[in-house]
Amino acid sequence: MSTGDWSCPVANHSSDTITMSHGAGGRLSAQLFDDVFARNYPSPELMAKGDSAVLDWTAHDRLAVCTDAFVVQPLVFPGGDIGKLSVYGTVNDLAVQGAEPVALTTAWILEEGFPIAELAKLAGSVGQAAAECSIRVVAGDTKVVERGRAHGCYIATTGIGRLRPSVNLSPQAIRSGDCVLISGPIGDHGMAIMSQRSGLLFDPPLLSDTAPLHRMTLELVDKVPGLRCMRDPTRGGIAASLNELATACGLCFEIQEASLPVRPQVHSACELLGLDPWIVANEGKLLAIVAPDEVELSLEILRSHSIGSLGAKIGTVHDLYKGLVIARTLYGTHRIVPMPAGELLPRIC
Amino acid sequence: MQSTDFGNPIHVESLVRQIHAKSTRPLTLMEVCGGQTHAILRYGIDQLLPPHLRIVHGPGCPVCVTPAETIDRAIEIASAPGVIFCTFGDMLRVPGSQSNSNANDLMHAKSQGADVRVIQSPLDALRIARAESQNTSPGSPNRQVVLFAIGFETTAPATAMAIYQAKELQLDSFSALVCHVLVPPALDAIFADVDHGIDGLLAAGHVCTIAGDHPYHRLADQFNLPIAITGFEPVDLLRGILNLVEQLEAKPTSYRVDNLYEHIASAEGNLQAQRTVETVFAVCDQHWRGMGSIPQSGLKLQPQFASFDASSRFPQRKLPGEQTSCCRAADVLRGKIRPIECPAFGTLCDPNHPLGAPMVSAEGACAAYFLYQALAPLNPIKLNPIKLTSSELTQSESPNPKDSLSP
Repeated sequence: MSTGDWSCPVANHSSDTITMSHGAGGRLSAQLFDDVFARNYPSPELMAKGDSAVLDWTAHDRLAVCTDAFVVQPLVFPGGDIGKLSVYGTVNDLAVQGAEPVALTTAWILEEGFPIAELAKLAGSVGQAAAECSIRVVAGDTKVVERGRAHGCYIATTGIGRLRPSVNLSPQAIRSGDCVLISGPIGDHGMAIMSQRSGLLFDPPLLSDTAPLHRMTLELVDKVPGLRCMRDPTRGGIAASLNELATACGLCFEIQEASLPVRPQVHSACELLGLDPWIVANEGKLLAIVAPDEVELSLEILRSHSIGSLGAKIGTVHDLYKGLVIARTLYGTHRIVPMPAGELLPRIC
Repeated sequence: MQSTDFGNPIHVESLVRQIHAKSTRPLTLMEVCGGQTHAILRYGIDQLLPPHLRIVHGPGCPVCVTPAETIDRAIEIASAPGVIFCTFGDMLRVPGSQSNSNANDLMHAKSQGADVRVIQSPLDALRIARAESQNTSPGSPNRQVVLFAIGFETTAPATAMAIYQAKELQLDSFSALVCHVLVPPALDAIFADVDHGIDGLLAAGHVCTIAGDHPYHRLADQFNLPIAITGFEPVDLLRGILNLVEQLEAKPTSYRVDNLYEHIASAEGNLQAQRTVETVFAVCDQHWRGMGSIPQSGLKLQPQFASFDASSRFPQRKLPGEQTSCCRAADVLRGKIRPIECPAFGTLCDPNHPLGAPMVSAEGACAAYFLYQALAPLNPIKLNPIKLTSSELTQSESPNPKDSLSP
């Protein structure tokens, strides 16, 4: 065997073009935010890096503001469509900040040739979802781009919510000894989409978990004084959300895999496609960090909502390591759970 | 997170106890399967073993051993006008030789306009080609569909079937950039090195489901090496490790091949798949990234299928670029070192900035170490396996009484 000619290419350390990984919610997304956006308009609200920004409105009133864009393909997927997703996604960004959703704007970017009947169905979904969340769609915009530019349609939203007076949720409130809760099984949305794209069929079918979280979060905010922080683990899955929290508070999140709920279909689809449920997107799940003596109360609240019926305590926060997420496996071994690198790349076998 | 029978903590604990009881001396065991590498690191199987048992990882990731020149060709072909380039997802970020100044991996080529599509199976590429050939709308000439055909014995049959069907269908718009490799010749190359330092081999069961186990019998005889054919679930891996420990501790005059994947892999393998591969492919010498040229370790198209060879269909314009030696991927792929023993690991080299191909695919040994243990050497964590509590044990499924786990 000749190895004398072996040499290894030095990879390009800085990417000078946008790749799909920059939009995947992992490390490259964070780097893009720091290097490009935060550098050019670093307002204190933006730099708080919450799912929503908190604005002082009057001496007694604070607003939560968030913005989001939806480019999911296919537009209609098992368990939802882009219309529903855009409303719930926006509501959830407000909800995890402890806000009550008030108003929503939608901008539609439509591709030339897109059937108006399909658009009407999606608009119907937006209307229905907004009514369900008691949020009004108060403004909007429509742009049309040339054929081949927008995969049918994209939706961009802005959400406004009213913060509960006393609420002050942030990663900085997290303390060693706190507990990590999840409102249900992880990875449903991402695997429903990927299974449909790759033609995997499950019985019962694998559905997206897209759902509004605000009723559950408002009840937690109102009844659990030891609620520290909440996250809506979308792109990048719980691995990305937990890493963001660990970095922000400088503590270690230790998660017990034995307690982590994953549906058998999601587990199987992940195995087949070579993916890890930790990094797969959710669209109707809540990660909540609460004081240890309020775990039971919090779980009771989660489980009293149909979308939180499988809620569980999945781990604890401690200060043995700084800014790390650690998984304890079923076998008592540990591994570090890093921030996902970029786009989900299914393994070959 | 639920466990299957092959991940059941009760079975795992029982096997770990047996390994601890039987293992008395330092041993180095090699596995050569990306799925096994991934599982060992993901589940922390290595943390459960006695400290004197060392697991090293051979060239078990087909993505990692695909030569940089082939990646360069892939980028060049994918960037050609009118091409739809179909690839497995984990090839997207593998760096080429830097000869492509604008895009040194397929993901960047895609960002610059190449139509690169991620497929799950080679037959997906054939489907795309058929759909393109039926596209008769004016002003849209049929596009060339190129399959990036990489993988071991396990993926070769599907590639062969795609090419065979393309010929049957006279689908001239379809071609394949072929870089299939074969595991046993690479193992020959590793064990022919007198300093290989490996005491036993965990062989990939799914490779045997296609190729059969006879290549391993020859290896065991030729190099007097104990071999356990096994799968990639925690229980499979531990059964394999226990088998090797038992064989090695018994110190017989000759070692044997034990098939512990008997529920799936038969001695002769999948004959129909083998025939399909032989119809379409001939064995050839092949360059492996990190290992150099290995005789009879690759597949090339048989003459009657040569017209489906993308490397001759698309002219090569760029010469291979200069390469800089900078990481120890070669030693990782030959089991000489573990990824964490490489000076660049976790500092200069990580999955965002891979210096070597094993850091790219999740099945690459370096990436698996980074994903699952990255900070261990920098920020040591006491990895004492914690005794499973009875409540944890009852959360898992009960063991299947039919499934005897003792080999």
